[in-house]
Amino acid sequence: MVNKSEPGDGNTKPAAAAMPASSLKSDLLNNLSFKTFKLKTKQQELLIRVSILCLVYILAFITRLFSVLRYESMIHEFDPYFNYRTTLFLTQKGFYEFWNWFDSESWYPLGRIIGGTLYPGLMVTAAVIYWVVRFLRFAVHIREVCVLTAPFFASNTTVVAYFFGKEIWDSGAGLIAAALIAICPGYISRSVAGSYDNEGVAIFALLLTFYLFVKAVNTGSLSWALASAFGYFYMVSAWGGYVFIINLIPLYVMVLLITGRYSMRLYVAYNCMYVLGMLLAMQIRFVGFQHVQSGEHMAAMGVFFLLQVFYFLDWVKHMLSDTKLFQAFLRITVTSAVGAGAIALGVGMASGYISPWTGRFYSLLDPTYAKDHIPIIASVSEHQPTAWSSFMFDFHILLFLFPAGLYFCFKRLSDATIFIVMYGLTSMYFAGVMVRLILVATPAVCLISAIAVSATIKNLTMLLRSKSKVAQSGSTKATSSAKASSKTSLDQSQPFQRNGAIALLLGAFYLLSKYATHCTWVTSEAYSSPSIVLAARGAHGNRVIFDDYREAYFWLRQNTPPDAKVMSWWDYGYQITAMGNRTVIVDNNTWNNTHIATVGRAMSSYEDEAYEIMRSLDVDYVLVVFGGVTGYSSDDINKFLWMVRIGGGVFPIIKEPDYLVNGEYRVDKGAAPKMLNCLMYKLCYYRFGEMVTEYGKPPGYDRARGVEIGNKDVKLEYLEEAFTTSNWIVRIYKVKPPNNRW
Amino acid sequence: METEMGFSRFALFLFTIALLSSPVLSDLVLSKVDRRIYLTSQIVRYTATLRVENEGSELVSEVLLAFPELQAKNLAYLTVSVNEGKGKQKVSTDDLPIEVVSPKNMPPAVSFYSVTLPKGLAPGDSLTLDVMAVFTHALQPFPEKITQADIQLVVFQDSAYYLSPYAVKVQSLSVKLPEARIESYTKLENTKVHGSEIKYGPHEDLPAFSYSPIGIHFESNQPFSNAQEVEREIEISHWGNVQITEHYKLIHGGAQSKGEFSRLDFQARPNVRGASAIRYLVATLPPRAHSVYYRDEIGNISTSHLWSDSKKTELLIEPRYPMFGGWRTAFTIGYGLPLQDFLFQSEGKRFLNITLSSPMVELVIDKLIVKVVLPEGSKDISVSTPFPVKQWQETKISHLDIDGRPVVVLEKTNVVPEHNKYFQVYYKFNKLSMLREPLMLISGFFFLFVACIVYTRADISISKSSASYLAKQQWEEVQAAIQQVESIINRCLATHDKLEASLRDLSRTGDVQACKAARKTADGLLKDLSKELKPLLAFLQSSPSASQILPKVEDLVAKEKELQERVMTKHSTVVDAYERKSAGKDIENRVALQQQKITALKQEVDDLMEYIDEI
Repeated sequence: MVNKSEPGDGNTKPAAAAMPASSLKSDLLNNLSFKTFKLKTKQQELLIRVSILCLVYILAFITRLFSVLRYESMIHEFDPYFNYRTTLFLTQKGFYEFWNWFDSESWYPLGRIIGGTLYPGLMVTAAVIYWVVRFLRFAVHIREVCVLTAPFFASNTTVVAYFFGKEIWDSGAGLIAAALIAICPGYISRSVAGSYDNEGVAIFALLLTFYLFVKAVNTGSLSWALASAFGYFYMVSAWGGYVFIINLIPLYVMVLLITGRYSMRLYVAYNCMYVLGMLLAMQIRFVGFQHVQSGEHMAAMGVFFLLQVFYFLDWVKHMLSDTKLFQAFLRITVTSAVGAGAIALGVGMASGYISPWTGRFYSLLDPTYAKDHIPIIASVSEHQPTAWSSFMFDFHILLFLFPAGLYFCFKRLSDATIFIVMYGLTSMYFAGVMVRLILVATPAVCLISAIAVSATIKNLTMLLRSKSKVAQSGSTKATSSAKASSKTSLDQSQPFQRNGAIALLLGAFYLLSKYATHCTWVTSEAYSSPSIVLAARGAHGNRVIFDDYREAYFWLRQNTPPDAKVMSWWDYGYQITAMGNRTVIVDNNTWNNTHIATVGRAMSSYEDEAYEIMRSLDVDYVLVVFGGVTGYSSDDINKFLWMVRIGGGVFPIIKEPDYLVNGEYRVDKGAAPKMLNCLMYKLCYYRFGEMVTEYGKPPGYDRARGVEIGNKDVKLEYLEEAFTTSNWIVRIYKVKPPNNRW
Repeated sequence: METEMGFSRFALFLFTIALLSSPVLSDLVLSKVDRRIYLTSQIVRYTATLRVENEGSELVSEVLLAFPELQAKNLAYLTVSVNEGKGKQKVSTDDLPIEVVSPKNMPPAVSFYSVTLPKGLAPGDSLTLDVMAVFTHALQPFPEKITQADIQLVVFQDSAYYLSPYAVKVQSLSVKLPEARIESYTKLENTKVHGSEIKYGPHEDLPAFSYSPIGIHFESNQPFSNAQEVEREIEISHWGNVQITEHYKLIHGGAQSKGEFSRLDFQARPNVRGASAIRYLVATLPPRAHSVYYRDEIGNISTSHLWSDSKKTELLIEPRYPMFGGWRTAFTIGYGLPLQDFLFQSEGKRFLNITLSSPMVELVIDKLIVKVVLPEGSKDISVSTPFPVKQWQETKISHLDIDGRPVVVLEKTNVVPEHNKYFQVYYKFNKLSMLREPLMLISGFFFLFVACIVYTRADISISKSSASYLAKQQWEEVQAAIQQVESIINRCLATHDKLEASLRDLSRTGDVQACKAARKTADGLLKDLSKELKPLLAFLQSSPSASQILPKVEDLVAKEKELQERVMTKHSTVVDAYERKSAGKDIENRVALQQQKITALKQEVDDLMEYIDEI
């Protein structure tokens, strides 16, 4: 490539002098193009690397826009609506108002101190982006910023993944990791456009913190450790999942200590990161003093002190020349240090200064814990243990590239690979415990798989290249080809190596392309639905939109008094406050179990008892979600048993067996009498008995459950139907004022 | 029963103006008055044909029109024109100027509008005036609250006699109702009902300010769509688009809904259970409207339909839910229009010529705000409207604006479809200003790239004497040296290739001399190159940070030297053989061994180069 230009340079110059200007121009262009060819291999590689990274960056962004194309630029699901509402508040009223916000629109009559009970990272991030964009004079709406925040951070995550991969393996692995994570469904599920949730920025922060920490451990530089402390601070401000970091890093340090990999680099990295990270994290009001007071954070502190002991011992060892003396000293110090730690922990626990582990933490370590003790956690579908199919769905080929990558990591063990192995293994365990934690495992799985892919492909191409070189040099002289091949004796022992390598490369290419098509399909079909708007195929193959949720929320917003209180199951709380702009009794924050249980109790009581409860809560409207007409299965009747369980957990008057017949949950004629007459049943099926939902079926045929309902003659005494959406998905009832005495 | 009672109470309440025999204002007499009132929609339209006679002795230049104050409050639109036609052929001229006046010695609770006649009315002359008035909120729902199953009944009140400061000789009134069903109406002498039309009169020779209240209570299931506020933003882009955004706050102004709303009933019999509900609205947009959207605060609304042909674009929108009496909704529609249809030039000024009001059919707007956003840098702005409106100026900051775009704001209350007329905004705008925003973007990116270039080229380390900085600098020097070495080796290899090529030429042409010359030049070149190589090697040997790579580089140089020699010897052997005219096969045999070594060496050199490259 390089020597091509030589004759050209000499010849064109005299010719150009005689030629008109136009050809001079082309000559100049020629020279320019030669210059571009003259790039050194390094520069070429850099160019390719940067352009691949740019493409991956763009790809990660645009693959998440399916939801905007299919539906519209809107906020998805439940929690994002709260985040959107708070971001709106932040941009309108400013930071201090936001920080001190007492929200009286939720948890009526208790209210909620928003500033002290949320992770502000996401909202502040979106608001800052919004302000910057406004400052650059792009008149965007805050909604657009919120919708695109998650894809933007997903793109940034790919860049971090590249650097992380480069740090633990090489730049090839980094590139592959960036490409894999850009389209991995496990991550896309939480970061499509509109999925404006903490996880969107938190995964970026998580990976950034880990990368910076590994970099700090590798270099032993204070600046990287400092950066990782700030990464940790950002993570703490964004998501409760920071607990994973503050436990994984000490665990990693522990493993390094046990395997005898203690070094000054590790000491600097961990101490700086822990101390600064802890202090910074305390600035988040929701976290506060948990780093020194809660059981979940004690491991980090223990490891911190352990490192000091290690350092001290090192120093003593250096000072004491006598090994025997040192042995004795070691024994005494270790015993007393461990003893002191244990006593401090015991005293802290006993005096209540250190709080015990929370239920959520327990349920992570023991998957069966939540089911027995905390129904409110178990009732959320994303807290269920993961099925194999969802692993396959979210990881596809990464699932079996993961062990291969682990093998490569173990083969080339270093501080960095130990970290990624530990991250991979622990997060995989958590992903098995809870569906939503697949998200946390995704970066690790992508990185480890990238190592597998990169190492394999590198080996295979190396084989191919060495072979082809020999073949080339052999073919220059046909006579000497026999001897040339005899020289490479290694090849002769494996005669099909080259073909094998080609076949394997093709196989790898096939697998990766399969992965790409799978990811695109999953993104477009499964993860791009906003779940506010439902889409279905009509009888003629046309697209039918069910926009009932927004219909109902907008009705509430426009046609109820501004101070009306709406009671619904907690799932819809955030949406009602954000879209309906009305006060709710409970919402998705679930901080007060008793309050939720009260609502659950009202829903599962008879109408007159429920009326008393609703009167005591000042309820004006009751909202239920009902899928019997459309066959929408995640409605309140299917969630009803959880209301009974949660209600019964606090109020023993509600007993689950009352609603079941022989342990079976049914709504047809054979249903339990209490079931047929409880408030939820009545509200869902009010006047449904007169409705013919499906041709050839009796009136009152529930399409979601496939049965004819048991109580067709529902009469309401204390409530009246206020609004029902066009597909009956949301039904709103007005609580009548009490009758006049006389 | 209840309705009867309420109705009479209403009639009593309405008017207490005494039928005063006030002084005659001028000597005008209305010889014939025909009034028609259309109650077919929520907007009450009223036309009157007045035959005015001047019985006095002076020229009269203005005619007074009187409306009861309660009606005047609801009066949205009033035009008067002179009807000059004879017989049935009616030719109306332009609208006459009207102004509100309050003459002295007039009965209270009556508002007066003075119409200025174009030429004045000479004594003894007569002329015909066409009066058209439009009232909003003139239909009172009664009962005020109805259930979903009830039909909506409304009451309309007026006078059976034409209220006028002049004596009226002959007059008649006909009221057109939407449906034949009439709950009740005030019966006077000679009142007739034909289907859905009620006729009063003719009445003769009534003095000025005659008044006889009538009330009509009838069924009207027309949608009472009433926009409490409409904000209309017209944004002009000289890149070829007029963007219109309209925000509506809508309420159903009919009888309030009470009790349950049953979706089941509404779905089963929508025309009985929910007859008066607003189910859709129709907007007639200009032709070639594009990018139409329909949304509200919480997102897109999917229930809308759009038809378009060459004359108009028709948009049918359904609110998220059917609107019953008293229910509200709010939404936004937006669309783009081609600029050349609405923006023109005259006398060095540009002017926008576009309709003022909302394109919605039969919509009453309580408050209309029209904002015309002109491009940044527009000057000398003036507005001409067909009727008086409140107006002021604002600025709006939009994409890539520095000091904001000038906005002309017009405000008008009580707007009916009759107000949807063209108005003009004149302004001056320099076409070059259009390029400002693209240039800003271009320069923004340019400076971004420049900043990147500067960042990568500039040395921004703080301490220029720290060990790591020095090491880094040294390493960079070593890298540069190695790259130079590599390029020299590459040139050597290229010279080898040239030698080989000359050998091939030799076998083809047999020109020994040329081949020798080639060798000579190559020899000279290689010597030069090895001379160039020496200082570089010396530098690498002296530099401590090159210690790792040095053996490889030296190895490379040595190998290359060996290769060089081999190639030379091969070359001379072949040339010698040619000189001695040896057989081709003989030469090949002799060279074969050398060739093998050369190949092997080349391979080694290549490998070494690759290895060094990767560092």
